[in-house]
Order: sequence, then structure tokens, then C-alpha cells
Amino acid sequence: MNSLVQKYSKTSTAHDEDVLGVHGKWDASLDLAFPTFDIPGAQNPLSFLRNVTDEASSDYKIKIQHGTTTLAFKFQGGIIVAVDSRATMGNYIGSQTVKKVIEINPYLLGTMAGGAADCSYWERELGRRCRLYELTNKERISVAAASKLLANLVLPYKGMGLSMGTMVTGWDKSGPNLYYVDSDGSRIKGDLFSVGSGSTFAYGVLDSGYRNDLTVEEALELGKRSIFHAAHRDAMSGGSVNLYHIHEEGWTYHGNHDVAALFWEYQDLKAEERAAAV
Amino acid sequence: MSYDQSLTIFSPDGHLFQVEYASEAVRKGTCAVGVRGKDVVVLGVEKKSVLKLQDARTVRKVCMLDDHVCLAFAGLSADARVLIKQARIECQSHRLTVEDPVSIEYITRFIAKLQQRYTQMPGVRPFGISTLIAGFDSDNKPKLFMTEPSGIDTAWKANAIGRSSKTVREFLEKNYKNDMEQRDSIKLAIKSLLEVVQTGAKNIEIAVMTDDKKVRNLEVEEVEEIVAEIEKEKEEEAEKKKKPTSSA
Repeated sequence: MNSLVQKYSKTSTAHDEDVLGVHGKWDASLDLAFPTFDIPGAQNPLSFLRNVTDEASSDYKIKIQHGTTTLAFKFQGGIIVAVDSRATMGNYIGSQTVKKVIEINPYLLGTMAGGAADCSYWERELGRRCRLYELTNKERISVAAASKLLANLVLPYKGMGLSMGTMVTGWDKSGPNLYYVDSDGSRIKGDLFSVGSGSTFAYGVLDSGYRNDLTVEEALELGKRSIFHAAHRDAMSGGSVNLYHIHEEGWTYHGNHDVAALFWEYQDLKAEERAAAV
Repeated sequence: MSYDQSLTIFSPDGHLFQVEYASEAVRKGTCAVGVRGKDVVVLGVEKKSVLKLQDARTVRKVCMLDDHVCLAFAGLSADARVLIKQARIECQSHRLTVEDPVSIEYITRFIAKLQQRYTQMPGVRPFGISTLIAGFDSDNKPKLFMTEPSGIDTAWKANAIGRSSKTVREFLEKNYKNDMEQRDSIKLAIKSLLEVVQTGAKNIEIAVMTDDKKVRNLEVEEVEEIVAEIEKEKEEEAEKKKKPTSSA
């Protein structure tokens, strides 16, 4: 089994040349290899895992639930990050107060969608490596490098049932940056993303209200509204909205907004507008 | 008991003799000089006399590690070849993992780390080379670093390694000025090399890196021109010294 992990663990493209055994390991300590996990003692662990987590197969036994809405978008004032806070286990609401944004450091944020454990574990691991990078190189890590680190961390586990759809975002030397990284191995740079079961609802509101020249207040409101609408219609999203704004000095937290309270707030607003229009 | 037979034994007074002997090997190598100016880094090397039947082009002492980093070494050429290859791979590996070119300090640290590892492993000997690593970082400031067989890396304004490096370094200390322009930096590098290279321009190779991250190897004619200028200045100095007595 270890040989399989070894095979997928090589991140260096030059391992044939690596006679001195130094590449792919640019971390401060040379023994920072990938953490090893137990792998099912089957003939072919990959196809075993795939079968058992795939809803369509007859062997479907491990039900991996993921419900969430997270979003992030770039605009003239930086980046807005908005997430919901519900964790579900099938039809059971596990928690309404989950923190789905991990504060990697004062200028880097990561969002979590998918398997809660997968996201929080790997993003914490990312936080550790980002800190080591800072110490070794005496400068902050770039968002491109941080997102690449995360993508390379999970790639060896491709096909083994990890579920993680995350956005790594922050402000570095080259300005505001936003990357989408997931457990299938994607790593995409972009200006606007929404991830999770409620993302379709969020995209609707986000795309219709988005302009690059939004003010910070308008952008925060747009993010909040998009998550609210997703939380309202998607059963797997809800609880409250957590808002962040990323600017040149780092990120700022803009509060926790209960979705139920927001509903009545927007109802009242609608009534006001109707009254004004009449 | 002889404490110099094994790499991994300290002597009672705290020496690692094998590492020190490696530095001796470096001192036998041809001289290399590095000078950091205001917005330029100059690497100069002494070219060993080419034997009559040898093809001069196959002897390269200043090597590119990446588009923006140069390396000159002194010591065992074959050891240098191995280190340079690993450094070049690391430069590309860094670009792949971090999506950014290496900083000069990073690649220096990498090379130094490699050299140190070979002073603490059984069954190997240290690399018999010191290197001068020059280039520009993304902050557009010129950088010059040196590594040694022991694995130490240090940053310098100007330095020399190899044959007679002590003499050359003392010369540099006397004549170095901060924030020199390109022409003056090149002149200083050549002047300091001339202290050890008796045979003149044809045995000196100069590489100049400017803040547009381009490296230029000076043609023999250009080096000869500067050498001639230096000679002329020396003569003028000598004349001036004679003058007071002639007016008597």
C-alpha cells in the first residue's frame, strides 16, 4: 500500500534526476513528507474506495454528505468572502454555527465546502506550511504558492474519497488574488467563485448584482444577500452568514448575520420599496 | 589518532579536518571575483591557460542557474558540475511549486544546504568548491552571495574565491566604493583580477548582470580596452609620484 502512496506522492517532475534526494521537498525540515494514513487493505484500494463512496454503485456504503454555500469575488476594493454556517449529516442538522472560513494568517483566508473534516484538516495543514514558508523565506507566502501547496497536498489522495472544495484568497505582492482548489485536483484562478450545494442559488444573485466598481459596503451587502438566498432555498445551507473583506492590509471580519433575522429584514425592505413605489 | 581520516569525526579542538582540506582544494582553483555595484553585479573569473590543442569554448566557469541567477565557482570543476545541475533543477522546481522565480538568497541557501549535508553523511566527501552566486531579485536590487565547502553562505558587496583570494579580497577592501556605476564596477573586478592574473586580458572572463536581468559576457576586445585604461592610469599614478622630485 505504501508503494501506491509513494507513487502518487512524487511532486517533483525530475525524480529520475534526483540522485542527491533533494527535490520536491523545499520545506524547512526534510522530513516533512506527506502524512501517511491507513489505506483499506484491499487488492486495489482506489477502486474499492471509489465503489464504496459512489452513490450510483451497488456497493454504496459510505455516505459522504456535503452541504454548504461559500462564495468569494474580486472587485475594485479587494475581495469579499461570504459563507454560510450549517453542517448537515444527511437530514440531520449537525450545527448552525460552523466556521467555514479558516484564517490561515492575517492576510490569507481559506473557505471550506465539502467534507468538514477534510477541509478543516487540510487547511490547517496548509496554515502550518504557510507559516514555515514565512520563517524560511523571511517573506509572506503568495496566494498562488499557498493554493498550489494545498492542491499538491491533496492530489495524492485523488480518487480515494476526499471531498474538499475550497477557495484560497488573499492580498499579496501582486495584489488581490483568488484561487479555487478542490480534491479532484483542480486549481483555478478567477475573479468570482461560489462553491457548495447552494452555489447555484448564490451565483444567480451574485452574477446579477456584480460590478467591478461596487463600493465596499455594496459588495459586502451583495455577498451577504447571495448567501442568504442560497441559505433560504438550499436545505443544506443555512444558519448564519459570515462576512470577510480582504484589502491591502489583510482581512477584516464583518460579522455574523443570522439568516432568519435577515429574512425579516429583507421582507421589511421589500415592503418599504413597494410603499415608496406606490 | 588521526582525526582527519573520517568526515564525521571532530578533532579534540573542534575541527572537521576533511572540510578544511576541502577549502584547501578550493584555494588551488582559479580565482573568481564578484563585485556588486549600484544596479549591476559583475562576476570575473581567471581562465586557466588553454593548452594548444584544447577547444577553449568547452571551459565554462560562469554558469546560468536560471534567467536571473549566475554562478561562478573555484575548485574542483567536476563537483561544480553536480551542484550546478541540482541548483538548476531546484530553480525550475521552485517555479513549478511556487509559481515564482527563486530569490538569490533562496538558491544560495539551497546550494549551501546541499554542501553542508555532504559534511555530515557517512561514505561521502565534501564538495571541493566555493561558489559566488549573483543576480537580481524581484525587488530589482543586485545581490552577491558566497558559499563554502562547509555549507556556510554569506552575502557580500565584493568578494574573491580561489587562488590568491586573500590578496584579491584585501585589494577589494581597499578600493571598493558603495553604489558604483556599471563601468566602475567592471573596472574594479578586472583590476582586482589583474593582481593575480599576470598574463592579462586574454585570461580574464567577465560576466555583467544588469537590472533588466540580462547577462552579458564581455568580448575580449572590451576587456583589453579596460585593461589598457587601467594600465594607463597606473602609469599616470607612477608619473605623479615622480613629479615632486623632478621639480627640485
